[in-house]
Amino acid sequence: MALLRRLAFAVPLLASMALAGCASNDGAVQSQKLGAIKARDKLICGVEGKLPGFSFVNPDGSYTGLDVDVCKAVAAAVLGDPAKVEYRDLNSSERFAALASGEVDLLSRNTTFTLSRDAAGGNGLSFAPPVFYDGQGVMAPTASGVKRLADLAGKPICVETGTTTELNLADRMREIKAAYTPLKFQTSDQTYAAYLQGRCAAVTSDRSQLAAKRTSFPDPAAHALLPDVLSKEPLAPATTNADPAWADAVRWVVFALMQAEESGISQASVDARVAQAKADTNQADLRRFLGVEGDFGKHLGLPPDFVVRAVKAVGNYGEIFERNVGAGSQLKLERGLNRQWKDGGLIYSPPFR
Amino acid sequence: MPAVVTPWWRNRRLIPWLVQGGVGLALLVLIAFLLGNLVRNLAAAGLLLSWGWLDNPAGFDLSETLLPFDAGLPYWRALLAGLVNTLRVVLAGLVGATVLGTLVGVASFSGNGLLRRLARIYVELIRNIPLLLQLLFWYFVVFLALPGGAEAIQLPGVVLAKSGLYLGRPELVNGVWQAPLRLTVEFSALLTGLVVYTAAFIAEVVRGGVASVPSGQWEASRSLGFTPAMTLRRIVLPQALRVIVPALNSQYISLAKNSSLAVACGFTDLYSVAETTLNQTGRAVEVILILLGSYLLLDLLISALMNGLNGLVQLKER
Repeated sequence: MALLRRLAFAVPLLASMALAGCASNDGAVQSQKLGAIKARDKLICGVEGKLPGFSFVNPDGSYTGLDVDVCKAVAAAVLGDPAKVEYRDLNSSERFAALASGEVDLLSRNTTFTLSRDAAGGNGLSFAPPVFYDGQGVMAPTASGVKRLADLAGKPICVETGTTTELNLADRMREIKAAYTPLKFQTSDQTYAAYLQGRCAAVTSDRSQLAAKRTSFPDPAAHALLPDVLSKEPLAPATTNADPAWADAVRWVVFALMQAEESGISQASVDARVAQAKADTNQADLRRFLGVEGDFGKHLGLPPDFVVRAVKAVGNYGEIFERNVGAGSQLKLERGLNRQWKDGGLIYSPPFR
Repeated sequence: MPAVVTPWWRNRRLIPWLVQGGVGLALLVLIAFLLGNLVRNLAAAGLLLSWGWLDNPAGFDLSETLLPFDAGLPYWRALLAGLVNTLRVVLAGLVGATVLGTLVGVASFSGNGLLRRLARIYVELIRNIPLLLQLLFWYFVVFLALPGGAEAIQLPGVVLAKSGLYLGRPELVNGVWQAPLRLTVEFSALLTGLVVYTAAFIAEVVRGGVASVPSGQWEASRSLGFTPAMTLRRIVLPQALRVIVPALNSQYISLAKNSSLAVACGFTDLYSVAETTLNQTGRAVEVILILLGSYLLLDLLISALMNGLNGLVQLKER
């Protein structure tokens, strides 16, 4: 049956590849994907769905989280309404097949940006800028006395299959010449259930995910993250190589959220700033960014005021971060690497010009 | 009298050929079109079928293998190790399910009312619950709830601990159990789940087979002085096998295919390794083809063996 589930994704992939024929590419901003989304009047967004802070289903059935806000921002920019999103929960093995087959328009699912996933000869994805700079960590029960990675030699470690995590773990353990047993599970639920049952001495994943999952443990204080950081994990939304115009649109909506924070434009102040930009013809940067003048929107196949729509829907990058994973959330993660470049972080939008 | 010439559109010999030929041709054209498009689009995406990656180092570890494996070995060795693990659980499962299924099937003819009803309850309970749920139950609720270390359940020659099943004089060394034969809890949970589930279906097959033997056979052998056990073994089961074996074939095939649910309880079978491989290499089409081919071959092999067995048990007309 598991095979059947995989086939459910692989068969449409094969079929769509078989039937796709030759895509016509006559105009500059002709994007099949954008056209399809507008015709459908709905963005289909692939998310994790069970990760507090990133994408999580509320008791009332609505989705919240940092990854979800990216979907909402894109929907607001393209369709003018952040509610016009249909979410699909994908596990880490299904996600690329779902994106490649066109099952989802956009993958906003804590996915690490890597060479093999980006390259045309690999998964052939097209990544938007990372929205969360993470690193792989390891969590172990405080009572077990495991303090460093080396303490895990000869012990079983729980890991979700189909992730970069699995490979990094193998690499780091080989470096420190420690034998170990990787216990692989298909979903994060199963992985953490096995860990909580005590089958594994530790569980490994992105540090943000470990922190997020820990908030839902019966006794969060009984589990601690080890100081070892196993890898760089820049988590980024992704589309496919097949439609570069759509990939550009997503990329610049994400940059717009970052630029809005840098320019001090928040969800609350965006209307006032638009009025200000309209009144003062000397503020050329602001006028272009907010779509009062110039045709950035048109270049991307988006409405002229796509930045305003996105920020009005979900706020700027800083607001999204604080609300979902930062001080305003249960996770209480530090901004750390995810600060603006002016504050010593890595969040840096290229100029809007 | 002039010979009556049948016009070709009413020719009963020609028409079926024409229709079948036409449908066959249309099918071939469709397949050729789909395959041609697939190859063209894969080529455009730079993903044309290639198998060179099978020789690249896998870079991931496997938790339990019969074949020695480490991260430095190539992908094909990883897939082979996974296939061997699948074969191991399928073989053990076939034996276990056959034994348990036969016992339960025969028990439903028992003179003991309690035994008969227990057998019915078992069959109805197990075959009406999805296998995936049962596997999750066995793994998370039963096997992972076992105590570890010194508190482990100790039976003569067997120790049941959270880290696995230890057979043959287990000893506790530094808080870790050591034994000549260790089955991991993942393997044990999968095997238990597959055996218990498939045995419920096999029990029904056996019950149907035994019921197909005319009651006169029982009565005749009783009157010749056979005990009930001897009647079953010498008279009834050999005749029942003619009905049982063909139906058993599809149960065996189901078991082999169901073993791909192993990933639900963390066992490293072929499907689990293939999934990791697919994600590391991005070679979705090739990996799925390998998976399809492997399970197809495995099931055809089981079918062939069962057909051979079927030939042996059928009535010989001399």
